[in-house]
Amino acid sequence: MKRLTPRAVALAVAAPVGALVFAALVCVVILLITGHSPADTVEAMISSAKRPRTSVIALNNATNYYLAAVAVAIGFRMNLFNIGVDGQYRLAAMLSAALAGASFMEGLPSFLRIAMTMIAAMLVGALWAGLAGFLKVTRGVSEVISTIMLNAIATALVAFLLNPRRLAILEGNDIRTPPITEGGWVPNIPYPGTNSEIHGLILVAALVGFLYWFVLARTRFGFELRATGLSESAAVASGVSVKKMVFLSMLLSGAVAGLVGMPELLGGAHAYSLNFPPGIGFIGIAVALLGRNHPLGIAFAAVLWGVLDASSNGLDVAGVPKEIVVIMQGVIVLSVVVAYELVRRYRVRLEQREVGRALGTTKPLEEVSA
Amino acid sequence: MTAAGLTVGVETAPPRRGGRPGRWRWYLVGAFVAFAVVALVRVFTGADDLTSRGTVAAALTAAVPIAMAGLGALWAERAGVVNIGLEGMMVLGTWGAGFAGYQWGPWAGVVFGLALGALGGLLHAIATVTFGVDHIISGVAINLLAPGAALFLSKQYFTDAPGGGQKQSPPLRDVPHITVPGISSWLRSLEEQHWWLVSDLAGVLGGLVTEVSLLTVIAALLLVGTLYVLWRTPFGLRLRACGEAPVAAESLGVNVYKYKYAAVIMSGALAGLGGAFLAISSSQFREGQTGGRGFIGLAAMIFGNWRPGGLAAGAGLFGYTDAMQLRGSDAVHALLLLLGIALLTLAVVQFRARRVTIAVTAAVLGVAFGGWYFVTDELPPELVGAAPYVVTLLVLALAAQRLRMPKADGQIYRRGEAG
Repeated sequence: MKRLTPRAVALAVAAPVGALVFAALVCVVILLITGHSPADTVEAMISSAKRPRTSVIALNNATNYYLAAVAVAIGFRMNLFNIGVDGQYRLAAMLSAALAGASFMEGLPSFLRIAMTMIAAMLVGALWAGLAGFLKVTRGVSEVISTIMLNAIATALVAFLLNPRRLAILEGNDIRTPPITEGGWVPNIPYPGTNSEIHGLILVAALVGFLYWFVLARTRFGFELRATGLSESAAVASGVSVKKMVFLSMLLSGAVAGLVGMPELLGGAHAYSLNFPPGIGFIGIAVALLGRNHPLGIAFAAVLWGVLDASSNGLDVAGVPKEIVVIMQGVIVLSVVVAYELVRRYRVRLEQREVGRALGTTKPLEEVSA
Repeated sequence: MTAAGLTVGVETAPPRRGGRPGRWRWYLVGAFVAFAVVALVRVFTGADDLTSRGTVAAALTAAVPIAMAGLGALWAERAGVVNIGLEGMMVLGTWGAGFAGYQWGPWAGVVFGLALGALGGLLHAIATVTFGVDHIISGVAINLLAPGAALFLSKQYFTDAPGGGQKQSPPLRDVPHITVPGISSWLRSLEEQHWWLVSDLAGVLGGLVTEVSLLTVIAALLLVGTLYVLWRTPFGLRLRACGEAPVAAESLGVNVYKYKYAAVIMSGALAGLGGAFLAISSSQFREGQTGGRGFIGLAAMIFGNWRPGGLAAGAGLFGYTDAMQLRGSDAVHALLLLLGIALLTLAVVQFRARRVTIAVTAAVLGVAFGGWYFVTDELPPELVGAAPYVVTLLVLALAAQRLRMPKADGQIYRRGEAG
């Protein structure tokens, strides 16, 4: 365990806070250049954020982002980059929506229907990610490349299946999977002051977060996963089967990715259509980075992202393009990874200085190597 | 989490013994045989659109943005920086072309798109080279940032412009197109005979000399120029050395940071140019116009084994499937048969190299695609869009031992920290 000195705490929060401040500054500059008032923009966002409805939307967004980020983080912890969360959750949501809306599900008890839907989604997600894992362990194909390809293939597959001749139905101008009848819904949690409700599956997200922490920190599997991420050769030397670990963690990551669309499907839309929220997988990468792959850090980051997104909806009315928030999020991601790197370098230098002091020399490494 | 990632299962090709004189002749013979097979399939299936000049012209238009993105990927990766932010840089290019294009004409649009793409490249270079951020992460961040920025700027500047809207620019004028007089019409009459091979060749050549955008010509020159600069000049040698062995390059006095910066900025500029081409050739900037072409470009480069010639072939192939989506459904359907034949050929090649597992896999897939052709009457157009990605995955999975990426690709290099 690291010691919790004030300096260690300050260093730990310096990076994210610094990145947030920097991103805010960049946005202020952009707003000033494009002739908008930063103060009005902030005011519009805050007045939007105060509405209870915005809080609900923010929490629901955060739930999706949290699940996506955990899926990404599972890969990150062992040096695997699952960019494919996006394709995995969309394909999973689409296929499980078709299953949940199928007529034979009507007669089944509610609990069974929900469980079947979610398990189907996890299986599809795991299968899609497993393809990348399989190619990685058998053919050495970089998972970054294969998941990028699989994302695009998933897009084409969803477009192919979401057709009245196949799994979808035509309702007016809207193409969607057959709507799930009420017995297949997950009850939502009411929120005072608004008709909007919090998705009941927020509890599942919390459970996934807890399991993520538990498996990684308290099980042998989690230890081997982290060991592989820290040093592949050391893990091999201590008897870890890296191939097995790669395949299993891709499956796990994909299974969690499969859950990403579930709160929206079972608590909100009750069908998969072209309006189903896209791009959550990529937001998950950003959120996992900001939260440093830590279950609580990810939760903070997901809520921050959710609040930013939800309160940006008030901006277009105020005359400021709401994409200023997307710009801000992008800058946050870039600057937070830069900030983590700078803090890491600073720590190394600090350690070297302390070691130097203890050993009686005071030269830091740079001077020695220069 | 490094872009280099885990090394498990990786099997790379040995460095190729370059410069064998007979090599190019064999490539040409191979290409010709492949073309003859396509022509045969055309005659057999009656899908004249497989090699018609309209298809070829459309394929060329579709291939240029892919090739430019692929060229961008090539520059960056040859210097050891993985650039998956190409998609974002392309988006910046489309917006830039829309912004300058409607006000000051298409060439201003080209320059502006190129410059904005270069700006995206600069951002990627600052993050990855100066700050040592993981290349993939920086690329993902740019892919988040750029579309947001483009939409923000689009709402800002196009909403009140004449003919523009929140998500689209006012109409753009195109750059001049050129047709080779005489030859073009002669080739057309030849094509209309529908003779095997002769008419096919006439169709392809006809597509290449009729109504070709000047930007396409520039793209072709850039491709050749890249080949020359990266493989025939000291600058290129040093740049590639940064991608193969940065520490060794450093020890010989090469300023690795400078070369990486140059390569990544060039990479962004090329992606921006691809975006500008996209906007100008469709007469407008539209939100989401790139549709993943930055990623297809990356795929084309991998398909082409990190070489300009291969990447051009990949871009041509992917542009061809892209163009097919808009053509007759019988031509699209015939693609299945072609894919089946290609896989069976691969199976034979792999079998002769005694890679039995791969050969059997390829044969099974080949028979499956061939069977798919014979039991169905059409291929759903939605699935054709997946073709470039499926083909790239198949190449990676079945022919990966022929691929060789730059040795230090994706690794973070810090000056003076050589072990």
